[in-house]
Amino acid sequence: MTSTSHGVGGLTFDAKKREWPAEIGVFVALVLIVTVFEILNRMNGTSFLFNMRESVDAIINQQRIDIILLQVAITGIIAIGVTQVIITGGIDLSSGSVVGATAMIVMSFAQTALVNGNPNPKAVFGPWAMDLPVIAPILVGIGCGILAGGINGALIAYTRIPPFIATLGMMVSARGVARWWSNGQPVSFPTESYANLANGDLVGAMTFGLFHWQGQNPAMVFFLLAILFYLVMRYTLYGKRCYAIGSNEDAARMSGINVARHKLLVYVVAGVLAAVAAIMLTSKNVTAQAGMGVMYELDAIAMAVIGGVSLSGGRGSIGGTVLGALIFSVIISGFTSIRLDAYYQEMVKGAIIVGAVVLDQWRQRSRASRG
Amino acid sequence: MSDVILKTEGLTKHYGGVHALEEADFEVRKGEHVAIMGDNGAGKSTFVRQITGVEQPTRGKIWFDGRDVNFEGPLKAREAGIETVFQNLALADDLDVASNLFLGREKIRFFLGPFSILDFRGMREATKRALERTAVKIPNLSNTIRNMSGGQRQCVAIARTAAFASKMVVMDEPTAALGVQETAQVENIIRTLKEHGEPLILISHNMRQVFDLVDRIVVFRRGRIVANLDKNKTDGQDVVAYITGAKTGAEFEKAA
Repeated sequence: MTSTSHGVGGLTFDAKKREWPAEIGVFVALVLIVTVFEILNRMNGTSFLFNMRESVDAIINQQRIDIILLQVAITGIIAIGVTQVIITGGIDLSSGSVVGATAMIVMSFAQTALVNGNPNPKAVFGPWAMDLPVIAPILVGIGCGILAGGINGALIAYTRIPPFIATLGMMVSARGVARWWSNGQPVSFPTESYANLANGDLVGAMTFGLFHWQGQNPAMVFFLLAILFYLVMRYTLYGKRCYAIGSNEDAARMSGINVARHKLLVYVVAGVLAAVAAIMLTSKNVTAQAGMGVMYELDAIAMAVIGGVSLSGGRGSIGGTVLGALIFSVIISGFTSIRLDAYYQEMVKGAIIVGAVVLDQWRQRSRASRG
Repeated sequence: MSDVILKTEGLTKHYGGVHALEEADFEVRKGEHVAIMGDNGAGKSTFVRQITGVEQPTRGKIWFDGRDVNFEGPLKAREAGIETVFQNLALADDLDVASNLFLGREKIRFFLGPFSILDFRGMREATKRALERTAVKIPNLSNTIRNMSGGQRQCVAIARTAAFASKMVVMDEPTAALGVQETAQVENIIRTLKEHGEPLILISHNMRQVFDLVDRIVVFRRGRIVANLDKNKTDGQDVVAYITGAKTGAEFEKAA
C-alpha cells in the first residue's frame, strides 16, 4: 500500500488508483490478435505476417500489410471524426450516408469528357463540368461535408434533440440524396488527376521520390489526418473543450464555454472527414455508386469503441481509434487468411463490437466502485 | 460605502406565483466573511443565484465593487470578480486539476481561433500558485478528478476561485457532502481566504462551522431576510430562533 498522507485532514492518495491509459490495453489486444492469426496460419503451413513465398525476396508479407491498411483507411478517416463526436458525448450515425451522397456529387464534378474517344456515357452535367481541375471536386466534396455536418450540428446544438435522432435523420436523407442525384445510376470515368488522388504515390511526392508507396494514398491520408487530429485533440482548445463537454456538459456551460457552438464545430469537422473519405473512396474505385458507404458509420463507431473511446463521452483518444481500426482490419484480413467464410466474419464483427462496449461498461463500473 | 464590496437593495425573485425572494437588502464589506443561514426553501440559494448571474432578478439592484451591475450570466459575474463554488461542484471528471481550474478560460500559447494551442506549462504553474495560496494539497496535478475523493474535488473547486483575481467568493454548502476530515480541510481553506482578506458569502446549515468561520450571520426565512447578526453578539440558540421564526430582528419587523 503506497499511500501518502497530506493536507490537514490527512487525506490519502493511493498511487495504485492511477490507471493505465486504455490505449495500452488496446495495443496489447492488437498484438495478441496478430499473434493468434500467425499461429492459426502456421498450423496450415502459411504465415499471416511473414513472406513464405520462395519467389519473393522479402521478410514481411507486404501484400497482406497493404490490404490491411487499405481496408482500414477509408472507414478509419471517418472514425477520426466519429471519435471526436463521441468524445463530446454525441454519436454520428450519418457518416456512411454522407459518404454515399458526397461520393455521387463529387464524382459528377470530376468526370472527363471523352472516354476512349467517345463522349462520357455516365455524364451527369453538361460540358461545363467536364475535365475541371482536380481542386474543383475536392472543394465541392468538402462543401458537402460542411453542409451535412452543419445541419447535424445545428439540429443537435440549437434544437437540443438527441444526436442519435438528428444523425439518424441525416443518415436516411443523405442516402436519399445519393440515390436521387443520378436516379440511382453510377457516376464514373473521372479525370486522370482525380483518379490519382487515391491511386497515385503520395509518399513518393512527399519524400521527393526517396520512398514509394503506389496506390496507398488513402492509408497515407488516414495516417496524416490521424496525426493531425491526435495533436489537435491533445494540445488545442478544441480538444480540451471536446473532453470537457463530454465529461460534464453542465460544468462546461457554467464555466462559460459556448457548448452549442463547439458542438456545431465538432459535427462539421466530422462531416468534412466523411467527405474526405468519400473523395478517397471514389478516387480509389474510379466510380461512385449510390450504395457506397453503407454501414460505414457503424464500422467507424466500432473502431472508436474498440479503441477505448467511451460511448458516454469524455474519454478516449485518436490514438486509440487508430489502434481500434487496425484491430478491426486485422481481424477481417485474418479471417480471410484462414479462409473463414465472409458470413462468419460479419457475425464475429458484431460480437467484437458488443464485446468492446461490455468492456467499456465494465471499466467504468470498476472505476466507480473504487470511487 | 467605499469598503462595501457587494450590496443589494430590494432584490426580489418570483418564479411565476412563487415568491422565492422578497426585498432582500444585503451587504458584504471588504475582507468580511458572511454566512447565510435558513431553512430549506428560505431563499438562500435563490439569493445566491441572483448575485452570481445564474438567474436574473425580478427586480431590485445589485452593486458590486462600487458599480451598478446586471449580470447576464455566470461568466459575466465571474469576469467581474465573483467566484462561485456551486453545490454540484461543476467540475469535469475526466480532466485533470489544471484543466478544471482553467475550464472555460484556458491560457493560450498560440492563437488559432477554436484550434488555439494551449499553454499547458503556464496553466500548471498558475495552478500550483493557486493551490499554494489556498493551502490545498493535491499530490498529483495530472490526475483526473474522477480519481479523487470528495474532499479533494471540493478543494479543487475552491482553488479554482483563487486561481483568478477574484474579489469575492460565494460557497453554496461546500461541506454538505463531506466527511469530518475533509470538512476540516475545506474549513482551513476558508480560514486562509480570510487571512488573505478575501470576502466570502458562505451558505451553510452547520451552526458550529458558521460560528467558527464567519463575522456576520444573515438569516433568511420564507424568502425574506429576518436577521443580521454579529457573530460575537449572538449564539446558536438565538440563530435557531430566527431561523424557525420564534424571533425576528427589530429592524426587519415589517418583513415578518
